[in-house]
Amino acid sequence: MAPLDEIKIGGLGSSRKRVEDDRFIVGRGNYTDDIKLPGMLHMEILRSPVAHARIKSIDTSKAQAIPGVRLVLTGEMMAQRNLAWMPTLSYDTQAVLATDKVRFQGQEVACVVADDPYIAKDGCEAIVVEYETLPAIVSPVQALAEGAPLIRDDKEGQNDNVIFRWEVGDKERTDRAFASADKVSTLELHYPRSHPSPIECCGSIADYNSATSKLTVYMTTQAPHIIRAAVALVAELPEHMIRIVAPDIGGGFGNKVPVYPGYVASILCSILLGKPVKWIEDKTGNLISTGFARDMYLRSEMALSNAGKILGVRIHADSDHGAFFSDAQPSKFKIGLLHSAFGCYDFPAGHITAQGTYTNKAPGGVAYRCSFRVTEAMFFQERMVQAAAADLGMDQAEFRRKNLVRDDQFPYRTPFGFLLDSGQYEKCLDIGLEAIGYKEFKAQQAEALARGRRLGIGISTMTEPLGAGNSREYDILGIKMFDSAELRVHPTGKAILRTGAKSQGQGHETTWAQIVSHELGIPAADILVEEGDTDTAPFGMGTYASRSTPVAGAAVAMVSRKIRAKARKLAAHLLEVSEEDIEWELGRFYVRGAQDRGVSIQECAMAAYANMPDGMEPGLENNAYYDPPNLTWPFACYIAKVEVDPETGVWDVLKMVAVDDCGVRINPMIVEGQIMGGLTEAYAMSNMQFQTYDADGNCVGANYMDYLLPTSWETPGFELHEVVTPCPHHPIGAKGVGECAAVGGPAAFVNAVMNALEDTGVRNIDMPLLPDRVWEAIKYQRDVSGAPPVRTD
Amino acid sequence: MEERRITVTVNGQDQTVDIEPRLLLAHLLREGLALTGTHIGCDTTNCGACTVLVDGRPVKSCTMLAVQADGHEVTTVEGLGTSSELNPIQEGFKEEHGLQCGFCTSGMMLSAAALLKENPNPSEEDVRWALSGNLCRCTGYQNIVKSVLWAAEKMRASV
Repeated sequence: MAPLDEIKIGGLGSSRKRVEDDRFIVGRGNYTDDIKLPGMLHMEILRSPVAHARIKSIDTSKAQAIPGVRLVLTGEMMAQRNLAWMPTLSYDTQAVLATDKVRFQGQEVACVVADDPYIAKDGCEAIVVEYETLPAIVSPVQALAEGAPLIRDDKEGQNDNVIFRWEVGDKERTDRAFASADKVSTLELHYPRSHPSPIECCGSIADYNSATSKLTVYMTTQAPHIIRAAVALVAELPEHMIRIVAPDIGGGFGNKVPVYPGYVASILCSILLGKPVKWIEDKTGNLISTGFARDMYLRSEMALSNAGKILGVRIHADSDHGAFFSDAQPSKFKIGLLHSAFGCYDFPAGHITAQGTYTNKAPGGVAYRCSFRVTEAMFFQERMVQAAAADLGMDQAEFRRKNLVRDDQFPYRTPFGFLLDSGQYEKCLDIGLEAIGYKEFKAQQAEALARGRRLGIGISTMTEPLGAGNSREYDILGIKMFDSAELRVHPTGKAILRTGAKSQGQGHETTWAQIVSHELGIPAADILVEEGDTDTAPFGMGTYASRSTPVAGAAVAMVSRKIRAKARKLAAHLLEVSEEDIEWELGRFYVRGAQDRGVSIQECAMAAYANMPDGMEPGLENNAYYDPPNLTWPFACYIAKVEVDPETGVWDVLKMVAVDDCGVRINPMIVEGQIMGGLTEAYAMSNMQFQTYDADGNCVGANYMDYLLPTSWETPGFELHEVVTPCPHHPIGAKGVGECAAVGGPAAFVNAVMNALEDTGVRNIDMPLLPDRVWEAIKYQRDVSGAPPVRTD
Repeated sequence: MEERRITVTVNGQDQTVDIEPRLLLAHLLREGLALTGTHIGCDTTNCGACTVLVDGRPVKSCTMLAVQADGHEVTTVEGLGTSSELNPIQEGFKEEHGLQCGFCTSGMMLSAAALLKENPNPSEEDVRWALSGNLCRCTGYQNIVKSVLWAAEKMRASV
């Protein structure tokens, strides 16, 4: 009997076409806003037009008089039910609807529920709120200034705008490294505030059934079980009477992890009215009130030897968290995984200090296509490395090569305590340099400059920690960061798989089946994958931080192995030999020494229901909970080649090369799709996409006319390469990948532009590298900051 | 609010409805006619998730009033092809992995349909320009462009 061809059955390594596409390409997806329940009402939110103000009065009488308006909900009404404030994922509190003050522009002030969304909007327009405005704070510098207004006067014992101070590393050892350094290189920059901005905004439909006391919420969440636990804990509803359903999600990127006031308000409105209540956010609401990312000021010093070795690193980070500390980050570290910075480099000592502050800006810091704060860490790392190489007069690629962790050093413990599992860093770098044409570049660059054209190459090499977590260091609301899978094999050998993750475009319905197929030999087309319904899926922590494959994907492999173990017993029974005499090949057990005598996995499945041995429990189902021993450590080398027009400051990408080592690839087509998506976000960050605030705290970037996202026209093409170093602790050797390019990519573009400007002496231009910033840097030969303006009048 | 009676031909079928003059075309399609394949993304004509064809030309239905469509022909993704009879553009998006979350896909495909009707043999640049009114946050566009070129080739081959 010919063995099964794993690629043909859609197993590991097959670029199987996506199952989910079948519904999306005919417009039959099922997103939250597509769901319509009988008797459903619609909720709209009235938001604060100002950044910081005391609420003097709210008059809802005109709104209530509009025909079709069913309910107007204010902070005061929430307070009567002890729901005006809710706990955040970072152990702070956040206003659901404002009572005393508004603390950022766009803050939720009231809700109107009506027969249709147009009437609900009319209702919001008719509410009269009287504000007494207060000075707005839009940066950490202002927040920390003497006499700065206190933003969180609601919190007892909070006498300033500082949220936390935190440090990690070995200060004394680092001080010694700096004392013995030949050279110290420095860099300061601002990673601008950004918004993940999936095209689909947030929304929910809360359906409280007063007859059964069951609450069902259909909502845009990347983590349905966390939401269920949060609702149970906050609203004190019994957890078994709460069902969270995440239907198809129109992109998440971290934006759909937190609990937002709109969700909570829609739940309360449904309970109060006894009807389903739908809330669908508009784009401005999404951009000005939900989970932003980044907004961090970084400064660093790097101790160097003349020979080009990194001896030590110091970093200080000032992070701007907005009005409430609601970072959606699960680690035990206050500033997330910032200390993964410089992870791919071999150096002996480092020390990081961080300080978080409140400002009058939107709350809800999220890990936008990254593990928390890793994007800032890697961007800063690669900008610093380029600056250090330039300070030493060394070639940027050679400086990296000299300091990268070598293949024979794994597992490698970083000075900040992480354990890197595996990698072939230099090989990736070499492939990238070859692909971009690095050898020939210097001559090209000099020749172009002589003709007034500015070319530049920027490199970014990095490893990042993906796949939170392990239960020692990662939890949400105390619940550990494991994940889960449940597999039911039916009598005919077809199966249903459910996991605690939740796809938002990553293609789990396609790839999870491939893992089962690899482990059991059941064709992927025979496996249905379901996620997102807490009544049916096993408890899991959701999809973000590139954790699905490292954690839930591992659980899929482990549950498949449990099924195989039982199937082996069934095979022994069917073949009438002892279990020890049974061998496995893909999809089939056979008798050792007699390969012809065998039974397929499908025959075993039927036997589990129709012909099990005496004493064996019927059925072929199981589940697995996977607690990863470590994070996974993919490596990437991104290299961009750009041309900067000195007359206009506009820069174009001539070529972009990506070399990714994410271990074993389950579905190469999907992995490449993830990388190209990440590279585009990286390009966006470096070129145009950011949110800033004016001195009065008005959000600039509150709609897609001001918040610029790249289109097909601007976005460059990408050339992808791969290296495979299997993850030694993952059941199928896979590592996370979804975020690598978004994390490591920005520095490649920025370094390329800075490389093109190297002769000008300009050390830094803050992202995004807008034409006017680049032009200013060239014209005046000076650094350009992107920090928000401070009011001077 | 006083209602207006309009007749719109949607995916080949005449639909006569009484609507508020302020109703957006996107809402008429989604709520009134239950054609939820048309998505709403940005409300400001930027993202193109709501793109439909009006008399064959791509229009962002979130900023067009339904009353403006009175007497016109509208094509939505549901009219592009069905599961048993896919349009080559739909096939191309699956073949070339031109979608991830799927939210922008309907609009992308309809913009592509308008392009291929005018220009059956577009260059990569032509495709990028024609789709530049449709935002995608997942794919990075490269595979979307390939999907449209795949469809163009298939359509040319079948003529």
